[in-house]
Amino acid sequence: MKAFLILEDGTVFEGTSIGSTKEVISEIVFNTSMTGYLEVLTDPSYAGQAVCMTYPLIGNYGICHEDQESLRPWPDGYIVRELSRIPSNFRSEDTIQNFLKKYDIPGIAGVDTRALTRILREKGTMNGMITTNAAYNLEEILPRLKAYTTGKVVEKVTCTESHVLEGSGKKVALLDFGAKDNIAQSLNERGCQVTVYPAFTSAETILNSNPDGIMLSNGPGDPKECTSIIEEVKKLYESEVPIFAICLGHQLMALATGADTKKMKYGHRGGNHPVKDLETGRVYISSQNHGYVVDTETLDPEIAVPAFENVNDKTNEGLKYTGKNIFTVQFHPEACPGPQDSGYLFNRFLKMMEVNR
Amino acid sequence: MPKNPEIKKVLMLGSGPIVIGQAAEFDYAGTQACRSLKEEGVEVVLLNSNPATIMTDKDIADKVYIEPLTVEVVEQLILKEKPDSVLPTLGGQAGLNLAMELEERGFLKEHNVRLIGTTSETIKKAEDRQEFKDTMEKIGEPIAASLVVRNVEDGIAFSNKIGYPVVLRPAYTLGGSGGGIANNEEELVEILENGLRLSRVGEVLVERCIAGWKEIEYEVMRDGAGNCITVCNMENLDPVGVHTGDSIVVAPSQTLGDKEYQMLRTSALNIITELGITGGCNVQYALNPDSFEYCVIEVNPRVSRSSALASKATGYPIAKVAAKIALGYTLDEIKNAVTGKTYASFEPMLDYCVVKIPRLPFDKFISAKRTLTTQMKATGEVMSICNNFEGALMKAIRSLEQHVDSLMSYDFTGLTEEELREQLHIVDDMRIWRIAEAVRRGITYQDIHAVTKIDIWFIDKIAILVEMEQALKKEELTEDLLREAKRMEFPDNVIAKLTGKTEEEIKELRKKWDITAVYKMVDTCAAEFAAVTPYYYSVYGGENEADGKTEKKKVLILGSGPIRIGQGIEFDFCSVHCTWAFAKEGYETIIINNNPETVSTDFDIADKLYFEPLTPEDVENVVNIEKPDGAVVQFGGQTAIKLTEALIKMGVKILGTSAENVDAAEDRELFDSILEECHIPRPKGHTVYTAEEAKKAANELGYPVLVRPSYVLGGQGMQIAIHDKDVEEYIGIINRIAQEHPILVDKYLQGKEIEVDAVCDGEDILIPGIMEHIERAGIHSGDSISVYPARTISETAKKTIEEYTRRLAKSLHVLGMINIQFIVCGEEVYVIEVNPRSSRTVPYISKVTGIPIVPLAAKVILGHKLKDLGYTPGLQPEARHYAVKMPVFSFEKIRGADISLGPEMKSTGECLGISESFNEALYKAFLGAGIHLPKHKNMIITVRDEDKGDIIPIARRFEALGYKIYATRSTAKVLNDNGVKAIRTNKIEQPSPNLMDLILGHKIDLVIDTPSQGVEKAKDGFIIRRNAIETGVNVLTALDTAEALVTSLENTDIEKLELIDIAEI
Repeated sequence: MKAFLILEDGTVFEGTSIGSTKEVISEIVFNTSMTGYLEVLTDPSYAGQAVCMTYPLIGNYGICHEDQESLRPWPDGYIVRELSRIPSNFRSEDTIQNFLKKYDIPGIAGVDTRALTRILREKGTMNGMITTNAAYNLEEILPRLKAYTTGKVVEKVTCTESHVLEGSGKKVALLDFGAKDNIAQSLNERGCQVTVYPAFTSAETILNSNPDGIMLSNGPGDPKECTSIIEEVKKLYESEVPIFAICLGHQLMALATGADTKKMKYGHRGGNHPVKDLETGRVYISSQNHGYVVDTETLDPEIAVPAFENVNDKTNEGLKYTGKNIFTVQFHPEACPGPQDSGYLFNRFLKMMEVNR
Repeated sequence: MPKNPEIKKVLMLGSGPIVIGQAAEFDYAGTQACRSLKEEGVEVVLLNSNPATIMTDKDIADKVYIEPLTVEVVEQLILKEKPDSVLPTLGGQAGLNLAMELEERGFLKEHNVRLIGTTSETIKKAEDRQEFKDTMEKIGEPIAASLVVRNVEDGIAFSNKIGYPVVLRPAYTLGGSGGGIANNEEELVEILENGLRLSRVGEVLVERCIAGWKEIEYEVMRDGAGNCITVCNMENLDPVGVHTGDSIVVAPSQTLGDKEYQMLRTSALNIITELGITGGCNVQYALNPDSFEYCVIEVNPRVSRSSALASKATGYPIAKVAAKIALGYTLDEIKNAVTGKTYASFEPMLDYCVVKIPRLPFDKFISAKRTLTTQMKATGEVMSICNNFEGALMKAIRSLEQHVDSLMSYDFTGLTEEELREQLHIVDDMRIWRIAEAVRRGITYQDIHAVTKIDIWFIDKIAILVEMEQALKKEELTEDLLREAKRMEFPDNVIAKLTGKTEEEIKELRKKWDITAVYKMVDTCAAEFAAVTPYYYSVYGGENEADGKTEKKKVLILGSGPIRIGQGIEFDFCSVHCTWAFAKEGYETIIINNNPETVSTDFDIADKLYFEPLTPEDVENVVNIEKPDGAVVQFGGQTAIKLTEALIKMGVKILGTSAENVDAAEDRELFDSILEECHIPRPKGHTVYTAEEAKKAANELGYPVLVRPSYVLGGQGMQIAIHDKDVEEYIGIINRIAQEHPILVDKYLQGKEIEVDAVCDGEDILIPGIMEHIERAGIHSGDSISVYPARTISETAKKTIEEYTRRLAKSLHVLGMINIQFIVCGEEVYVIEVNPRSSRTVPYISKVTGIPIVPLAAKVILGHKLKDLGYTPGLQPEARHYAVKMPVFSFEKIRGADISLGPEMKSTGECLGISESFNEALYKAFLGAGIHLPKHKNMIITVRDEDKGDIIPIARRFEALGYKIYATRSTAKVLNDNGVKAIRTNKIEQPSPNLMDLILGHKIDLVIDTPSQGVEKAKDGFIIRRNAIETGVNVLTALDTAEALVTSLENTDIEKLELIDIAEI
């Protein structure tokens, strides 16, 4: 069946429908990872977005459920150049086609994803519609696309009840704003007992559990919309508990302490972004997925100073909080997908908790 | 970390002559590195014995030494030039080995010269078997378990420990004989007993068998601060067991999930960190397809063939970055030239798929085994880029120029299913065609995979192509079907054949339905950032990014495709210089080529690079977008020349010599009439089409005759025939290769062979110099030792040669380059071949005469006159130096190839010896080719009857040098009868001690074996030559070469070589 991708600027791509045939409007973003399509699909940070994979051959190794970063795929839509007609991998259990269908996610294949990426690069992230309705009416659709806003998405992706990953080491409270499983996993592998809390858990509850450290996770959407969470994060900041934050968590901490965030033209989504540790000068290749960034102009050095910076565009990639046991990063040390180079940051967090005792 | 200010003058080591396994990629890497160093204001001294390279140009390095790559030469050069640093990591294994020797001798330390780009510890850790094993164990990186055993019991115990199957490799046996794979204890005992017996030292290596695992490579970079990145990974379609250089390779990996990808990536970073490499490095893995288990196969602590491929596949200039790192820069300080915005500290993201296919030389070595093993055999490779695998594979296939354009090109329809199933076990260059046939017969993926171990994903892709073939054959050709076929890069001619239409009709349909190729950019970042380097590949469907608009005039330069015997790196040298020359004249330059190993496909050589097959259809697609003002075909070898007709049809103006005149030189009858007009004699000959006609012609001319197809390069299919039977046999062979052109039968003249390259501006000619071959006519010019200036012909003959060249160039209306081969018998000069294009000798003669021939030719093509360019027309005065060009062969790599020289070219590369004295030049040339004698002062002579007279003085001279001569019966008799002491030795089939024992005894320096002329049937000679080559013994098959060698050995009093800076010529 034919499908169409209609962009806010009036561009229309024709392709083949994959997954669900339902119509969807979403924010269109692109991801440049060459492997890890399942991790991307199941990363809750993509809630409220339709993802275009720039790598043209997707689905080659099928679906290996154990690689999922959460229980289900989150994007509103999926845009690819070509889906492999057979999966080939010793662990493969399913195909992307089935996976998308099962979760009622519409997608489109056969799109010139490079052309789409170039549009998003030049004009910035924009909204779009995936539809199988060949009789679409642009005049009617375009105003709807322009009017569309993602809305609050953290609510959608966070867990509803807290749960525990048993461990004999440090006790970490993980605030799930849409956490990728490998964050908890990375801590748990290092011996931590990880308690995962819903995003809207109060600071009090968390602090009362007496954790050795607090982990603020990644998550979807505009950080400024998380007004109530920001209030709680402020309280966590005031506590003396060591905090490590990733991505949305990093942005929320910045907002909670008076800095500002801004929307990027088309964000960073992929597994090749170089980030520089400003203390050592070392550069690490990182996995990234964000459309907003902390505005370093708004930082008060009394509160926080940049700790990492993107080598390409010099945007902020991490903060060190002055006089506090808090450090936060914009990128994803938990990888999955992407390079594992910055996994050492979890060790740093462990050390911080150690010293704090 | 900024540049180290103490590095001011760097000695760069090149990789020497092109041999299988060490080819053009090092010219690419070295050239890029030199330019990168010069960009930083560093003075570069270059040493490389290979004159065909671009790196040995004075425009590339400040001081250029084309001298043998020996430790003595390097030491002497260091004393002469006083560099503060030596950079050895861009000159392949040759450069690395030299660096190790220098370091071990303590020479570098003594003279305060630093090794940059690597350290000797790093080299040792990566190259020494034991140290490598220890290092990998230390950081927990698995390697295939192995143990050297001396008895069966130890073998059984070890095999039980590591598990079956195991690979057994006896030490010191010929070509791995006596080895094998044992699947159980019974097989182990059998093979091991045999292997222990065969091994001279009674040792067999027992190794865990990882054949059939996925073979994956990572290209990694690291700087002095410890920052690491991977440039890309690559997956071999052929599982472990086939050398990666002979495998079909795809980038990035296709069947690895992120877990596997990152696991190996992290491992590669750990390895480069532990080895402490600063620069580029290549790590090869075997990955168990059924688990996460992996083994490190090999690490190359330097740039390599794979890194050249990775550079072209991603746009990341590995060699350039490696050179900057060697100077002290860190990755985040080095700009990514492709985007101009990002830095070298990032990882390229591909939004396309790259396929590399090796170019194997089995068309040259008909007797050779086509089997692919862990010993590399490919002379070159092609790369293609597309946004789907099927398309990339199809494009790569037709880039090979081996008469293949689809998965139907090798015909296996004659096999029964049973035979086909059996043949799936064959691992050779036709394997994917056999798999395609298996798919056509309905053999299941599982069955194919069970035999070949090729991943199902690849088999499915082959099946998709087969299904398209069938759809085109059976279904109506609808718009959708044609669109889909083009998306998979089916060429129009194949679609035409399958649909029963003509190629023109397909083209019309494409026009009607608007199915045209569009171009996408290789930008290192999957379009995330805007790129500034126009490096394009074609796809069908989607947006076109290539913009043909420019204010300037545009010239299209056609490259020479994959490196093969007969068409090597020389033509890339010519293409690149032509490009630069046109750019200087204000043209926008556009290159089309498909060879990832070359300088011409570096993204900053031409204004635009199209990485595409060199077929008329693919070229036309580029022409449609670019609409060039003209095209240059005379620098890209036969590949480019063959496209002339097609270009004219497209309406592209051919710059330089016109197509009719190119044809006139190739068309026997036209050419004969031109020669007649010019009063130039040539050996008598005829043009024929059938064996009968050929025999008739041969008898009329009188044997021996030369038989060859027209329109060939490198003497492909050329042979000397002495009987009717030979003629019959050769016409048969020639006709096996697709042959649209007639066959030439010429009288064979045995005289001095002379070669000239000349530039003609339509009025005047310029001949930089006359080259003379040491071997008599009959041995391909590419395989002959060539001497400039000619020494043994008279001044009169030289004048005649000059005059003939002038007449020919003028009557062929040559505008640009012409190459002519003559035979000189006394004062008589005959023309044997004219090529109105650039030739193999152009780089060499340019360098030793100091005349930039290619830029001159380019200027002349654009209308400049030689006189206005400051040159006096005619034959130029001879240089003070002698320059000897020595062919270099790769026979030991190709099992079963006959090494005897003849009219068919067999050498893969060349080196140069240059000196004011002829003897020293000759000595240097032999030294550069790796012939470093004497060692044991034992030699074997066995010559055919015709040579028995000529061998006597040569043998006498060897004897005088102290050589002990062994000879077979009749040769020994002739020698002893003439007062040369020769020890008679048994032939191979006779009892020991025989010739074979001598050769295998590793005490022989040299074998002189001249094979009987005509069809080589003497198995004996063949076996002797093969065994000698495989044992590392030098073999000469022409007496002239032997004489040159003895001359050179008589002059070994040359204690200290005079090193000559080419840049000052």
